[in-house]
Amino acid sequence: MSWAVLPGFVSVREAFGETTVTIERERIRDACTRARDDGFTFLADIVTTDYLGWGDKGVSGYIGTGNIGTGLGIGGGRDLHQPSTQGYQALPAPKPKRFSLSYHLLAMEQPPRRVRLQCWLDEDEPVQSVVSVWPTADWHEREQFDLMGVRFDGHPNLVRLLMPDDWEGHPLRKDYPIGGEPVRFSDAE
Amino acid sequence: MTVAPEKSARSMRDWPIVFPPPYEGSRIPPRVPTILDVPADLAATDDILQINFGPNHPSTHGVLRLIVDLDGEQVVGLNAVIGYLHTGFEKTMEQKTWWKCVTYPERIDYVGYQNAELVFVLAVEKLLSLEVPEKATWMRTLLCELNRIHSHLVFLGTSALELGAISMFWYCFRERETILDLYEMVTGARMHTRYFQVGGLAEDIPDGFHAECRKFVEWMPHALDDYLALLDRNAIWLERTKGVGVLSAQDAIALGQSGPNLRASGVDWDLRRDQPYLAYDQVDFRVPVYAGGDVYDRYRVRMDEMAESTRIVDQCLRRLERMDGRPWIADDRKVVLPPREELHTSMESLIHHFKIVTEGFRVPEGEIYVAIESPRGESGCYLVSDGGPKPWRVHFRAPSLVALEATATCMSDALVADMIAVVGSLDAVMGDTDR
Repeated sequence: MSWAVLPGFVSVREAFGETTVTIERERIRDACTRARDDGFTFLADIVTTDYLGWGDKGVSGYIGTGNIGTGLGIGGGRDLHQPSTQGYQALPAPKPKRFSLSYHLLAMEQPPRRVRLQCWLDEDEPVQSVVSVWPTADWHEREQFDLMGVRFDGHPNLVRLLMPDDWEGHPLRKDYPIGGEPVRFSDAE
Repeated sequence: MTVAPEKSARSMRDWPIVFPPPYEGSRIPPRVPTILDVPADLAATDDILQINFGPNHPSTHGVLRLIVDLDGEQVVGLNAVIGYLHTGFEKTMEQKTWWKCVTYPERIDYVGYQNAELVFVLAVEKLLSLEVPEKATWMRTLLCELNRIHSHLVFLGTSALELGAISMFWYCFRERETILDLYEMVTGARMHTRYFQVGGLAEDIPDGFHAECRKFVEWMPHALDDYLALLDRNAIWLERTKGVGVLSAQDAIALGQSGPNLRASGVDWDLRRDQPYLAYDQVDFRVPVYAGGDVYDRYRVRMDEMAESTRIVDQCLRRLERMDGRPWIADDRKVVLPPREELHTSMESLIHHFKIVTEGFRVPEGEIYVAIESPRGESGCYLVSDGGPKPWRVHFRAPSLVALEATATCMSDALVADMIAVVGSLDAVMGDTDR
């Protein structure tokens, strides 16, 4: 199949033997439906990546603990694994938006085909849910909503999956502080 | 005149082969695929009893919570709640260097630990474009198959225990103990071995392993005969498993089921054969497929897989016995720790050792998804690297999470007592589900 026939097709790239097809955010459900009808009957995974701080100097893993000791918000514990800033041969290529949302599809054929459909979104930009395309997307989307804060329009039951219902924040985002929960000591009250 | 080349028989048939469905249409709940809603007419009556099953119930295989609506003994509503074992592995791994991360995946799926470790290591190696020595590939295949037997033994022992066959538990854990002893011999640890290293294996195969492993390979078929004799003509076991928790092939694919659960629903699909990794394209094995889609067929698939895995272990062993003295890890000093003895004599080795241990090796920028056939199905690892010594993003496609999505569909016409059998047969590991 030529990838350009997918609705909302933007671009296609090959890397490490894998095909990544970028799709417009607004048309992801149409593209997924078309891909499914074309043989990609198996949705393996949905995953979001947060690129906040990507390629910034001195940032190699995350930001979020940088404000420790400055009194700017929560945090705690010293980062024992401070990323080293030297030795980068090149800064990584910039990304179009903050989040990438990837759908890993598999066509059960001989030989099998795999493709990654990808769309880009900023904070507060919703995506269409694909639960109506693949029922298995239910928990995958709930997980991405829970841990990354991606909103899926049309999901029948978009509530947290892994974290408690009353949890605040989305833990896998790069600006989510690590270093443990603040501990209240009795002598500090 | 030219004649079109004949297509091989393999490419002529539809793939995967799908067997006739056990029921018509789809049973996936229409509103939310993972929640079985109480029918409106029943909900209006006062007869529905809602019970909370778990999360701390011994037969939930960990901490699964099921909110069940009962009409008498009939299950009419079901909602699975997970997350009680969420430990934030993916977030933690973003803070660790690549080579420290290897310890985490095996704690995610703590029953199929060796396969979980493998998928991460394979993904990193793919990003690095690193060649792995032949001996390491064969040893990895062997250990992954031992681990598959181990995982299926835990499934069989605990599932049978829950349905009343207590002695099965002791028999299964007897063989499991042998496997763990083999692991201890090779890696020094019974579980969570950290034996796979980016580039190969952490240590050479110890003397005496081949002989011990051969003993196991020779014994295992007898043990499987024991299990079959205990269970396969056991009237109670058959009554409790046959026709229970049925899932059709179409529903299984739509629900993303993989591994034994998919093959028990009549879909002939196994990544080891269809998208080979390690040395699976060089070993001879059969992929067991059953068409019934019920608890019994899931048990039969795993039983047959144990026999096939034993055959694979045997074939790996034959290869490995001829590979004594060959390298077990790649010779790329930018990624692999130098041999210990070189540290006393070579300045470069000392520098490399120091750099890898303190800062970690760097992995080229890119994103990647690698999938393997773990004991529970398609276990995937998605990695994003920014070119630094730590992963930017790590994500695991957890087959257990997906397996539990099928609970509502499987339970659509079941009794409350069948719930135990169904949840057991889906073989979810809660560590893998919640990560």
